[in-house]
Amino acid sequence: MNEDTLHILLVEDDDVDAEAVVRAFKKEQLNYPFTIVTNGLEALTLLRGENWGASGRYARPHIILLDLNMPRMNGIEFLQELRADERLKDSIVFVLTTSNRDEDKWAAYGKQVAGYILKTRAGKDFADMVTLVKCYETIVEFPPNKGKRL
Amino acid sequence: MWPEEMRSNTQMHILLVEDDAVDAEALQRAFRQHNFAVPVTVVKNGREALAFLREKRPTHGVAQRYLILLDLNMPQMNGIEFLTALRHDEQLKQHIVFVLTTSNRDEDKEAAYEQQIAGYLLKSSSTNEFEQLITLLKTYEQTIEFPPEPVL
Repeated sequence: MNEDTLHILLVEDDDVDAEAVVRAFKKEQLNYPFTIVTNGLEALTLLRGENWGASGRYARPHIILLDLNMPRMNGIEFLQELRADERLKDSIVFVLTTSNRDEDKWAAYGKQVAGYILKTRAGKDFADMVTLVKCYETIVEFPPNKGKRL
Repeated sequence: MWPEEMRSNTQMHILLVEDDAVDAEALQRAFRQHNFAVPVTVVKNGREALAFLREKRPTHGVAQRYLILLDLNMPQMNGIEFLTALRHDEQLKQHIVFVLTTSNRDEDKEAAYEQQIAGYLLKSSSTNEFEQLITLLKTYEQTIEFPPEPVL
């Protein structure tokens, strides 16, 4: 994979769920680099930092997959901070959660997530979500500062 | 699980904001050719789009499942102006928007993502690109939960 491959930031405190997401992509032979953090605060610290990711070379992920229920800083709180930050407000975020509550959907879309995905309806073993991310890699033009080498 | 009668009310509708009638027809033709049976409403500029969305504020039984495909270069109110107005409207700011444009300029991508679009797509007349777009839209509809109706 060249350095233009899709970089994903997974914000998920449950390591079983996190493992399931990573495995879902591997199953489709999509070796996107993943960075995993366990709450919103860790995610923000990472995003605001100089370098991130296993390779340490990239400034911003292309896509953020965001759980909602996490300790310290949950998904909605993270979104509020993200959208208020001039440098980060253009981020592409998909919520990936077990919550089917209208209040959570309303709050997430109120912060303009790209999509709200229910873990239980993301396809068998998250297959639909993986396909969606692959579609993004195929035809979506990302914000110009994404994935750039520092 | 949704009962079937509610499922029909939750079908995605596309609002195509596009001033070029040829482009609008080409897209709808591609949908038909690929058996993508999604209802499409076409409006010619940002002003018409806002009027449409405001008029369609949910009434009983009609769900807000619009996905907006937005051109950028239109007269009267262009794509970025529309997006800015959309995001400042408490009732409309949650709408899902994909930009679909010929512009490959960084400035346009930045301006669109500043208004939190879901994705920026380049128009192409090649069959392959239409196919890829349709795959994205189909997968998107299948995977995501649309914004719920606002409490009136």
